[in-house]
Parts: sequence; structure tokens; C-alpha cells
Amino acid sequence: MGYASPPSIDGVTSAPMRLLIIEDDREAASYLAKAFREAGHVPDLAHDGLDGYALAREGDYDMLIVDRMLPKLDGLSLIRSLREQAVATPVLILSALGQVDDRVKGLRAGGDDYLPKPYAFSELLARAEILARRRAAPAGTAEATAYRVGDLELDRLSHRVTRAGHEIALQPREFRLLEYLMRHAGQVVTRTMLLEHVWDYHFDPQTNVIDVHVSRLRAKIDKDFDRPVLHTVRGAGYLLRADEARGA
Amino acid sequence: MRDGSRRLHAAPRRDRVKLQNLFRTTAFKLSFAYLLIFTTFAFLALGYVAWNATRVLDDQMVSTIEAEINGLSDQYKAGGLRRLISVVERRAGEPGSSLYLVTTPAGEHVTGNVGALPAGLLAEPGQTEAAYARGGSSSLDHRAIMRIFTLPGGFRLVVGRDVEERDRLRSIIGGTFGTSLLLVILLGVVGGWFVASRVLKRVDAMTETTRRIMAGDLGGRLAVAGNGDELDRLARNLNEMLERIGELMHGLREVSDNIAHDLKTPLTRLRNRAEEAVRSAGSVADLRLAMEGVIEDSDGLIRVFNALLMIARLEGVSAGELMAEFDVGATAREVGELYEAVAADEGLPLQIATTGDLRLFGSRELIGQALANLIDNAVKYGSANRDAGGIRVAAERLEGAIRLVVADRGPGIPEAARGRVLDRFVRLEDARSRPGFGLGLSLVAAIVRLHQGTLLLEDNAPGLAVVVTLPALAVGEPA
Repeated sequence: MGYASPPSIDGVTSAPMRLLIIEDDREAASYLAKAFREAGHVPDLAHDGLDGYALAREGDYDMLIVDRMLPKLDGLSLIRSLREQAVATPVLILSALGQVDDRVKGLRAGGDDYLPKPYAFSELLARAEILARRRAAPAGTAEATAYRVGDLELDRLSHRVTRAGHEIALQPREFRLLEYLMRHAGQVVTRTMLLEHVWDYHFDPQTNVIDVHVSRLRAKIDKDFDRPVLHTVRGAGYLLRADEARGA
Repeated sequence: MRDGSRRLHAAPRRDRVKLQNLFRTTAFKLSFAYLLIFTTFAFLALGYVAWNATRVLDDQMVSTIEAEINGLSDQYKAGGLRRLISVVERRAGEPGSSLYLVTTPAGEHVTGNVGALPAGLLAEPGQTEAAYARGGSSSLDHRAIMRIFTLPGGFRLVVGRDVEERDRLRSIIGGTFGTSLLLVILLGVVGGWFVASRVLKRVDAMTETTRRIMAGDLGGRLAVAGNGDELDRLARNLNEMLERIGELMHGLREVSDNIAHDLKTPLTRLRNRAEEAVRSAGSVADLRLAMEGVIEDSDGLIRVFNALLMIARLEGVSAGELMAEFDVGATAREVGELYEAVAADEGLPLQIATTGDLRLFGSRELIGQALANLIDNAVKYGSANRDAGGIRVAAERLEGAIRLVVADRGPGIPEAARGRVLDRFVRLEDARSRPGFGLGLSLVAAIVRLHQGTLLLEDNAPGLAVVVTLPALAVGEPA
């Protein structure tokens, strides 16, 4: 859960994405559309499952945001039908049901990510942008074996991390944390995303466990350098980027 | 008028309905089916006996006739017709004798104890069964098996045996059959009625009780007769089910009571904060600060709701879908390591020790969450007493079980209060000032219950040791 945040995250610009929001609560849907528009994206709206299905099949979207409970055709059936029609657009499921087994059901139906309601918009935006970018990468592209952000380099094969040529010793978990941040360099990554992808747990950690891990990592990769690469985005999460000097 | 007649008919109709109910019972139907089967078998058995007995008697009579004829034939050969007639005359007079008749070619009676035969019978030689009249009478009111010969010269000889005995036997068997059939039916109907009405009475009582329970009397239980029959077993199982439902209802009521009681406080705080901001915020920055506080408060509320929902969910259903084989040791290390940094920031070293085969059939996610809650608590309470030592997370293999221990050196929980802290929302008084809503441990308890394990709070002298024992996979058992 995040803090109050303006819909667009300061200083972060990502390529505009075309997205379809299928949500029957019109107020929530137009709030979402407005927020996505302010973040520089192009949202379309559908208010029931059938409309949403038709639009999702026809339109060329970078991603879909699907509410689980929809009139006429429920969210999971909609996703299942799309997948049967070989529509591979990434889908983020929004649901009032946030339990572990609901999440499993959602992903099994063909969803790519699952966000329980209520959510912070910053969380939704961060997840949507990462899903949309995943789609932008041509299918079948092998994952890079090395990442580079500014003068920070990470080699996935030799497990070596260097900054400006100096080797940085990282614990295995810190390495995975940095790896995830570097893979999504330039994108905001939230705390729950880190818990999901670096630790593979989906519960709410309640305390600031992730922050402590990130500050440890930051102490190793940023402390002795003038230009920090690991930034905290207030109310949203973290961002790894090298293009400008910002106070962390 | 119509109402009146309806009322008049009501009583017999109710009786008829009652009777129909009785006929519809399984016990009655079963009795009826048995009755039918037994009757059929009795019919077949008695019929077979009767058929055999009469056949034996018939054979006997035929062979007697055969012997008589052989004798008479010898007499005829020795002394001609005259000798035959005199022998017949003598034999016919003996008591219990066979039947004899000698006639002229025209059919006139010469001698013998047969008075008359049906017309035309004498014209057909051979063996036959026919009616006859006793000597001196002319009414054909008896029956016999007879053999008719034509003697040289056109005289006819008839030798026979009366079949009265055989017929009497037949009728006795028939009578016996009828009586026993009647008896069987009577006993069957009465027995079926008795059994069915007994069963019906108990089922009716059960129906009545369940109806009362449905109407809201959740304390009601079905009567158990104590003889261990299937109805008893059913009643016992239903009672257990009711017990469980009662527990769930109680839990639900408790939750709603607690929601009302404990969520009103943060909701009020949230409302006050918003109201305060509306009234006195002087700048956009102030408003923004207030709104951030409001969002923080609502996040806290959402967290409580999520935990409550999750506990309710875990207690309500089995989570078979989430279950898989996984290594609890790895989970303990991962979660321990996740919290290690936070603990270290609090000045608490966190030790993780895992030994043995720690494969478990369960939900990695939920066990991870349980461990996270326990370690989170340990960090929270252990930090009050950080000189006493750190936090210990251990997972070890026991016989058929895996034991997880999360121990801190904090103030611990007084023995008397240990049972109570597992309840939802309970936080001991001295913990009221700390963050958290007291749901952590009850969520852990729900997760442990889902895995059919046990949760114990022990004295770590000083501090608290939470000991979770979970049934493990047998060593070497495949997933």
C-alpha cells in the first residue's frame, strides 16, 4: 500500500501506452482513465464484460486492466476467452477478492498480474507500465545476460557487479534485488513488486522490510559515488536510473 | 361453507397423509420387497413339494393297477372269463380294494364295484383318468385312474384306483400354502409397519429438530438413541456439523462485534483528521499532509480488513488448491532473511537454524506469511529488551512432524494470557501503544489450523517462544 501520490510520478516518463480499462464501476473507471491520461497514457473504457471482450479483440492495446466482477461476462471468463482466441495482450486483474487462492485462479485463467482492491494508483501504474513494456519486447527475445545503467554493470552469468569499474560485493539476495531493478531500469518498481519477484511472496509485509533491504543495497552501489542511480520515488517505490543526478 | 367443509376434511386428510408418509418410508418399501420375495419363494417351494408328492402317488397307483392287471391276466389265462369274474367279484368286496368292472360287449354291468362310467369311456382302451360312480350309485362323483381292456369276445375289464387321497393331499398342501401365505403377509405388513413407523418416528423427530434449528434455535441437537445404528451415526455426524456451524457462527459474530468495536476507533481517527483538515488547514501543503495521513489511516484499515477476511476464509474452507510440497526450511530461511535486516536495524541479531528433511505438504505462501507475522511480532516485542538477546528462528524435523520455533527475548506473555492472545484483536494492555491490530497471531493460528498443526506459546525465559508443529511428509515420500 502506498502513500498519497499525484497520478504521474515526478520525473518518470515512459512511452505512452494504449490501454483498455474494463471496469463496471463508472466512477472508478473514469478516475482510472483520468489518472492514466495524466500519466501520459491513452486509456479506453469498457463497462461490461462483453463490450470489453469485443474491444480487446479488435483494438490494438498494449495492455488490459480487467475487473474480476463484471456484468454480462465475468473477468476470468473474459480473459480465458481472449486467450483461447490467441489474444496475448498482457492482462492485469483488479479484484476485490485479494486472497491467495483468488490470485492463483486469476493467473491460471491467463492473467499476467493481479492487484487486489483497494490499491494505490502508483502501484497500478507501475505494474501496468512493466506489463506493457514486456509486451513491447519482441516475443522470444532472450533475456539479456548483462545489464548496464550508467556506469553500473551487472553480469548475470558471472554474478559480478561493478560500478565505474570497481567491483561491488553483493549478497545473493541483494544481487537478485539489483538484477530486478536493473531489468526494469527507468521504470518505477513498488515494494510489493519487489517482494513478489525477488522473494516470491505475495503477502503484505506490514513493516518496512523491503525499504531496509533497498537501503542496504543503496549503501553498496551509491554511497561512494557522486551520482546516485537508485532513487526513491515518494509514495510509489524505487527507480533505477542514471541519466541525471538526483538527491536520493 | 367452503371453509367449513375444508375443515371437516382436514382430519382424515391428515391421517391419509400420515399413512402415505408411512408407505413412502424406505423401511416400509424394504419390508414390502422382502415380503414379495419370500412369498414367491414359498410359493415355488410348496408348489414343487405338491407336484412331487402327487407324482409319487400317481406312480404308485399306476404300478398297483399294473400288478392287479398282471394277476387278473394270469387268472384269465388259467380259468377264462368265468374265473376272472369270480376273482373280480371276490376282490371287489374286500375293504380298501381297487376298482374293478367287467362288462358285456354292450357295456352292461357284469360284476365289479364300479357303478357307472362316463358314456363312451369303455370304447377307448388304455389308461385314463376319469370320473366314476361307486357301486350301487349312478352319479359320477368320484375320480379314478383306470385302465380299460377289451377281452376276447368283446367283454371289457376296467381296473382302477380312486384318486381321492391324492386329491386330499393336494388340497391340504394348497390349504397350508394359503394359510401360510396369509400369515406371511400379515406378519410382513405388521412388521414392516412396526419398523417403518419406528424409523419414521425417529426421522420425524430429526426433521422437527432440524426445522427448529433452521428457525434459529442453534443450540438444538438431534437425539441420539445410543444403539449405534445408522440413524445414530447420522444424528451424531449432523450434531458435529451443527457444532462446527455454531463455532463458525460464533466466530462470525465475534468478528462483527470486534469489527464494530475495534474498527470504529481508527475510523473515528480518520474522520477527525479529515474534518480537522477541512476546518483548519491553512495551505495546500497542510491539506496535502492531512490527506497523506488520511490515506495512511485507510491503508491501516484495509490491512485489518484483509487480515480479517483472510482469517475467515481460512477457517471456512479447505485450501486444497494452495497445497503443494515445499521445503519449510527454505521458507524459514527466506522469511528470516527478509526480516533479518529490519531486526538488525532494531539491534536484534536474528539467527536461523534449519535441520533435517523439512518437506511439508502445504501452502508455502501461507506458511511464509505465518512466519513473517511471528518474526514481525518478535522484532516488535523483542526490541523492548534488546540487551537480553536476539531472535531465534528454527525449523527442525521430528518424528512425522516439523517444528517451527520463533523465539524472542522480549517481555513474553504471562501464562494466564497465552490462550487469549490467539483470539482476534486481543492485544495485551501494555502492547496497546504499539502499532498493529492484534490480528497477527490469530492469522497464524488460522494458518496452522488449516495445515492441521498445533500452535503453542511457550516461555523462552525470558521472552516468548512460539512453537508451531506441522504434520510432515514421510521421509522419501514422493510429492
